[in-house]
Amino acid sequence: MSLVVDGVSLSVGGRRVLHDVSLTVADGAFAALVGPNGSGKSSLLRTVFRARRPETGRVLVDGADVWRLTAGRAARLTGVLLQEQHDGFEFTVEETVAQGRTPHLSGFDRLDREDRLVVAEVLDRTGLAPLAARPLAELSGGERQRVLLARALAQRPRLLVLDEPTNHLDVRHQLEFLELVRGLGVTVVAALHGLELAAAYADTVVVLDGGRVTASGTPRDVLTQDVLRSTFGVDSAVDVDATGRPRLALRPLCACPVRECHWSCVRRGARAPAGGAGV
Amino acid sequence: MTTTSAPAPLAADRRAAPAHLAVLAAACAVLAVSVLVATGIGPVGVPAGQVAAILADRLTGGGGTPGTADLVVWRFRFPRVLLGAVVGAGLALAGAVVQGVVRNPVADPHLLGLSSGASVGAVLALTSGGALLGVVTVPAAAFLGAAVAMVLVLALARHRGRLHPLRLVLVGVACAHLFSGVTSYLLARTNNAAAQQQIVFWLLGGLSGTQWSALPVPAAVVLGTCAVLVARARRLNVLVLGDDACAALGVHAPRLRRWLLVLATLLTGTAVAVSGGIGFVGLVVGHVARMVVGADHRRVLPLAAVLGAVFLVWADVLARVLIAPAELPIGVVTAFLGVPLFLLVVRGRGHRLGGDA
Repeated sequence: MSLVVDGVSLSVGGRRVLHDVSLTVADGAFAALVGPNGSGKSSLLRTVFRARRPETGRVLVDGADVWRLTAGRAARLTGVLLQEQHDGFEFTVEETVAQGRTPHLSGFDRLDREDRLVVAEVLDRTGLAPLAARPLAELSGGERQRVLLARALAQRPRLLVLDEPTNHLDVRHQLEFLELVRGLGVTVVAALHGLELAAAYADTVVVLDGGRVTASGTPRDVLTQDVLRSTFGVDSAVDVDATGRPRLALRPLCACPVRECHWSCVRRGARAPAGGAGV
Repeated sequence: MTTTSAPAPLAADRRAAPAHLAVLAAACAVLAVSVLVATGIGPVGVPAGQVAAILADRLTGGGGTPGTADLVVWRFRFPRVLLGAVVGAGLALAGAVVQGVVRNPVADPHLLGLSSGASVGAVLALTSGGALLGVVTVPAAAFLGAAVAMVLVLALARHRGRLHPLRLVLVGVACAHLFSGVTSYLLARTNNAAAQQQIVFWLLGGLSGTQWSALPVPAAVVLGTCAVLVARARRLNVLVLGDDACAALGVHAPRLRRWLLVLATLLTGTAVAVSGGIGFVGLVVGHVARMVVGADHRRVLPLAAVLGAVFLVWADVLARVLIAPAELPIGVVTAFLGVPLFLLVVRGRGHRLGGDA
């Protein structure tokens, strides 16, 4: 289902982290949020899954303003894979996935027949069935990430929110994870650090910088040399692969061997306007 | 989704449930035996077999065989032991709930100022000599004190409509100290020696003089609260994962925290009202229950309740035999018994203090 973010602003601790952000993700599309650290990716996602109420603007999932829904109703529309989880490692894979049924549970918090079916089906689909009885603490980082994805899927969401889902995964697991997500057929909005991954998997790329959307569109339109230089402060060579997706080769904007030279160059480069001479 | 097979019971349920149920059943058996044995212990010793016979006779509607044993067991010891079990269960449950709410395994109702608030209420009633409501004055004042403390702590800990565990702990600790100061002030100001002695004993807790009439209200509160909490245990599990996880899984964290604190206050206020300020049960027992059955509150809460009951039944036995014919305050016993036990458990398991909590 579609996601519309309309003019969202947010302050955290008196500091404005999102300025009038708007974006649209079409039904079934995979949207990648990219931007440097602190650009507001996680904050924007938090306004989508109701962890932070925006000061202005609306977030519409499937046409419904999520901030006018109850917490439970919103969580039946939107499944979330959080960036990190520090607790709950004593729970088994199955118990963790069953937590995804929380917004569907009735008064006494018991799993009914349908809940059990959904959990079993999700375990199957994510290839976790053989690990079902293992505690999270015994799993590898890649497996744990798959468990948290499975928990989000057990919510039976129409929209999947992923916050840095490929952090801490090795390259093979990054690719496997995103292949799995792509194959789900749900609308996805994901904050991604890896620009190559965004180029390879996203239908839409939204660039955030300093809490503002600075570019959005297809990977080919957005992930250009200019944007990569002005927003991320990196030099790049971009070409197009056989499927029409951009292929990125990134390198530092500055390659001075002397430290002082390097940092002054980095500072200049970071401040240079799009397309400007920064080197 | 097309899944045609019948819903098999989840693998983890199949495997784990019997083991945890066995632990709970064993704890219940220990509690039953403890109650029987503890009822027999005292200045007039009654063998457990005879206790069982007397109770069986009374509980099946018999009028009781006239005699000292029957009188001692039915009139004095049994209600006292039962109240000890109820109070222990209540305090342990309150501890386990507060630990979940503040995401910290070393929390208990004392940490949030609930117990010390109850003490202020009780001491106020004792020093003002107010017999306004007769014998219920002190319990009612204790309960009111706990409620006022909770409202105060909640109001001070709220920040922009949010209730963060760490802020809650900081505010709770500060308020607890304030309340202790108030209690000490009231104690110092009163020059009635008898009242002072009464207050000191009350602050340390005790179950002496328990009558049957003291039992129904606390028992109903503890059983009812336990049922509500167990029915909400899955949400409590999510709450421990943090506010983002709550939002993601559709749990309204601030509201759930508020409700759980109200229930913890109800339990603490009720326990303190009937037995005084018994410390350390919530901390020790909640913690031990977590070590035995893991993090899942569906298992932790019932086990904590039963273990808390066992713990306090035996603490009360020690309180009445150690310096017989006089009695020790039960709070002294829970400290002497609980602290070494706790240290032993903590040292024995190289355990983790709850991640970032």
